[in-house]
Amino acid sequence: MAAVYSLYIINKSGGLIYYKDYGSSGRMDTNDSLRVASLWHSMHAISQQLSPVSGCTGIELLQADTFDLHCFQSLTGTKFFVVCEPGTQQMESLLKFVYELYTDYVLKNPFYEMEMPIRCELFDINLAQAVQKDRVALLGR
Amino acid sequence: MQFFGGSEISPSPPAPTASGNNGHMLYVFNRNGICLLYREWNRPLHTLNAQQDHKLMFGLLFSLKSLTAKMDPTSAEKGNLGVPQLPGQGCSFHSFRTNTYKLSFMESPSGIKIILVTHPRTGDLRDSLKYIYNLYVEYVVKNPLYTPGSPIRSELFNTTLDQYVRGIA
Repeated sequence: MAAVYSLYIINKSGGLIYYKDYGSSGRMDTNDSLRVASLWHSMHAISQQLSPVSGCTGIELLQADTFDLHCFQSLTGTKFFVVCEPGTQQMESLLKFVYELYTDYVLKNPFYEMEMPIRCELFDINLAQAVQKDRVALLGR
Repeated sequence: MQFFGGSEISPSPPAPTASGNNGHMLYVFNRNGICLLYREWNRPLHTLNAQQDHKLMFGLLFSLKSLTAKMDPTSAEKGNLGVPQLPGQGCSFHSFRTNTYKLSFMESPSGIKIILVTHPRTGDLRDSLKYIYNLYVEYVVKNPLYTPGSPIRSELFNTTLDQYVRGIA
């Protein structure tokens, strides 16, 4: 059974603009999630420096003992990453879908300030639906 | 993590199948951050000089370990970010992949870290890293002339290692 544990969105400077936890026992408070996001931003950049071949765009997948972390970086430098169970499939398409939701419900919102934390209700609702749909689809198999 | 399972060097290495150009670099660090071994087989791009490169690699791994221990979704009680973790304590990552390379990582209970950088479509190399650790034990640690904590200068170890890495698919 595959599950998404949490989702993070960080702006191009590395600041956390969205964090949602979907029921892991490792739920973090605000300060910790901010620190973790900045740390990830730096690690992502450093990994590009250590590449043996040119053209590296940063970490796309991190595999640990108890979770996998998939990361998607848009062309503008905004990073979307999701912590999920090891071996979860189709996280890349989920991240691209979240990017679409971000462009539709956050960027096109005239009251949203760039690089600031996301407080858009429609984005939350649609995101919850997308993650839930994923869960149901995988369980239904 | 089972390190002392078999009596022979286990697991037995996979039969050589690949073209032999899969491995880019290998690093071996001890628990103090000293680079014991750096092998390079295929590295077209050098961003930094050797010293800085080793330090950056060690720093990246230290921070990533700290990050994975903190982000572990299955454990509620965790220390703060940046607190040094003992080998084996807390969740640790075993590999990460970018669009141009895949880095596989293994830490032994004594703090010896083995890092292998390969082609991004390489599979799970945890068993290969365990085998390399066993090679290290046989050719380096059991060598009476080797001082722990100093860079490894063993021709036999280097040749066996090169041969093995060339065979990894």
